[in-house]
Amino acid sequence: MATLDHSHTRPSSSPSVPSGGRLMVWEYLLRCWRRYAIPSLAEAIGTPLLYLLALGLGLGSLVDAGPQSAALGGVSYLQYIAPALLVAAALQIGVSEGSYPAYSRFKWSRVFWGVTATPVTPGQVCDGEVLFIGTRLLAASTLYYLVLLMFGVAGGPAGLLMIPSGMLTGIACAVLILALGAVLQSDGGAFAMVFRFVVVPMTLFSGSFFPITQLPLAVRWLVWISPLWHGNELARGFVLGTAEPCSTIGHAAFLAALFVAGLVLARRLYRRRLIV
Amino acid sequence: MRERRAPRRIGDDPSVTRSADAMPHPAGANGEPEKAAPMIAARRLCKTFPTASGRPVEAVRGIDVQVERGESFGFLGPNGAGKSSTMRMIACVSARTGGELSILGMDPDLDGVRIRGRLGVVPQQDNLDVELTVRENLIIYGRYFGISRSECRRRAQELVEFAQLTDKADTKVDVLSGGMKRRLTIARSLINDPELLLLDEPTTGLDPQARHVLWDRLFRLKNEGVTLVVTTHYMDEAEQLCDRLVVMDGGVIVAEGSPKALIGAYSSREVLELRFLPGTQQQAEPLVTDLVERVEVLPDRLLLYTEDGEATLEAAHSRGVRPRSTLVRRSTLEDVFLRLTGRSLVD
Repeated sequence: MATLDHSHTRPSSSPSVPSGGRLMVWEYLLRCWRRYAIPSLAEAIGTPLLYLLALGLGLGSLVDAGPQSAALGGVSYLQYIAPALLVAAALQIGVSEGSYPAYSRFKWSRVFWGVTATPVTPGQVCDGEVLFIGTRLLAASTLYYLVLLMFGVAGGPAGLLMIPSGMLTGIACAVLILALGAVLQSDGGAFAMVFRFVVVPMTLFSGSFFPITQLPLAVRWLVWISPLWHGNELARGFVLGTAEPCSTIGHAAFLAALFVAGLVLARRLYRRRLIV
Repeated sequence: MRERRAPRRIGDDPSVTRSADAMPHPAGANGEPEKAAPMIAARRLCKTFPTASGRPVEAVRGIDVQVERGESFGFLGPNGAGKSSTMRMIACVSARTGGELSILGMDPDLDGVRIRGRLGVVPQQDNLDVELTVRENLIIYGRYFGISRSECRRRAQELVEFAQLTDKADTKVDVLSGGMKRRLTIARSLINDPELLLLDEPTTGLDPQARHVLWDRLFRLKNEGVTLVVTTHYMDEAEQLCDRLVVMDGGVIVAEGSPKALIGAYSSREVLELRFLPGTQQQAEPLVTDLVERVEVLPDRLLLYTEDGEATLEAAHSRGVRPRSTLVRRSTLEDVFLRLTGRSLVD
């Protein structure tokens, strides 16, 4: 029998962790998704259609005729916002899947407590969530891409890279929301606050609908730390063919770093929540 | 006067120390090295939780427990006694903060994953996925143990039958009754064919009929040789299910033995309950104190511990005691708990 008087080691730090656990959690979440996959995919096609018609064509007809249209860099408004719409949709999906649905598995259905009673560890539960959200993002971004293709605003072959750009943006934000969900004790409306005061302003002021050169210099630094802005720049560069190696790597590196930091944090907080 | 005694360990009384025949077939037949080790061995096991206020909460304060293969073992005590904290440490989802603990011969801090692979856990609160069907819940759970899909499906069918949910197998869990959900949770905990089944308050919140159905299922498991560890604050549950149990209070073990031995050691054969209008029982107390060795005063009744309840009742009547109603019953673990802690179990 082993003696331990000041235990800092946690049960989940066992060396014999079977790595399949995260795949099993992923499999479970996919099975849950199956129940609402059809509506969620229909939404993934319907939403871009509405936005493209209303903003791209409707509003765009005014913008393109206006005196300032050169600020868009010589492309139509529809072309300008198309990649940003894809990335914004990915952000939306990442943040919403990472919030209440994941949180409910701690709080209401308590499903995660059942999962970690098995050989699956809290870190693997977190990984499973990330894999699942990544899968959701892949499906939604691909459908969005196809709709843009239909409208003729998906660019050349490099435009396909909008899909990973959107996924990276969505997942980098999703891990932060997963981390938040792991520390919330009561619902408390914390997610609603994040949606209202972070996600919505980010969507409006990250160079999605107008170039950030239109913003006063004093607030532009806020845009530079916005993951959505990096995602937009990345996607737009691929579609419009304006991507430069340096800035592309920079934007991708920012998002990747955010993702890795968020994942490390989320895994740690999952462990702290589930092993008490 | 209400009798109060300092809790004492059952070890003080040689008549109720654990006897070897309380542990059926300690060693397994197929010669695995761990079989010789006890299923659970804890020595001076402690769990302390830090709190925001800075004063840590000592949930478990140095308990010694040993459970052998095939035994049915119970932790009995009121809410907050430390039962669930102990169970979480045994289930390897909570690190101990002191003492020694070995589960299936392994250290939970080092081999938590391997140990959990061989446990079945029925948590206090169900954590089924209510959006999925009964069958899906079972299959998914099996997958977490690395069991193949086809094998999961086969076992799910068996367990659906075991849980008497055959006609609900493809129903969403959402619409099941509390008792059915509980049976499903128990069935789910068996998907990996566990050697040790941990049940944290398995029947709390169920109606009497649902409890009996559940106990019947647990008896079957017990007869098949599954080692059961149960926490409960129900005396009847402990008496129904446990070969041996410990009574916990305030994070320590205050007594240990078989239900029968505990009743023998800490109570009389029968109990006479004299029920009064609340508050009037004190007036009757002086009239009956010398009739029996021990009297407990509860808010609405007097409990007289006696070898012959009817005779004591007659004697009380002849002294002019006029209770609203009376009851002669056998001693239960509730009486043991009252004796050990001076408190009743369910407040």
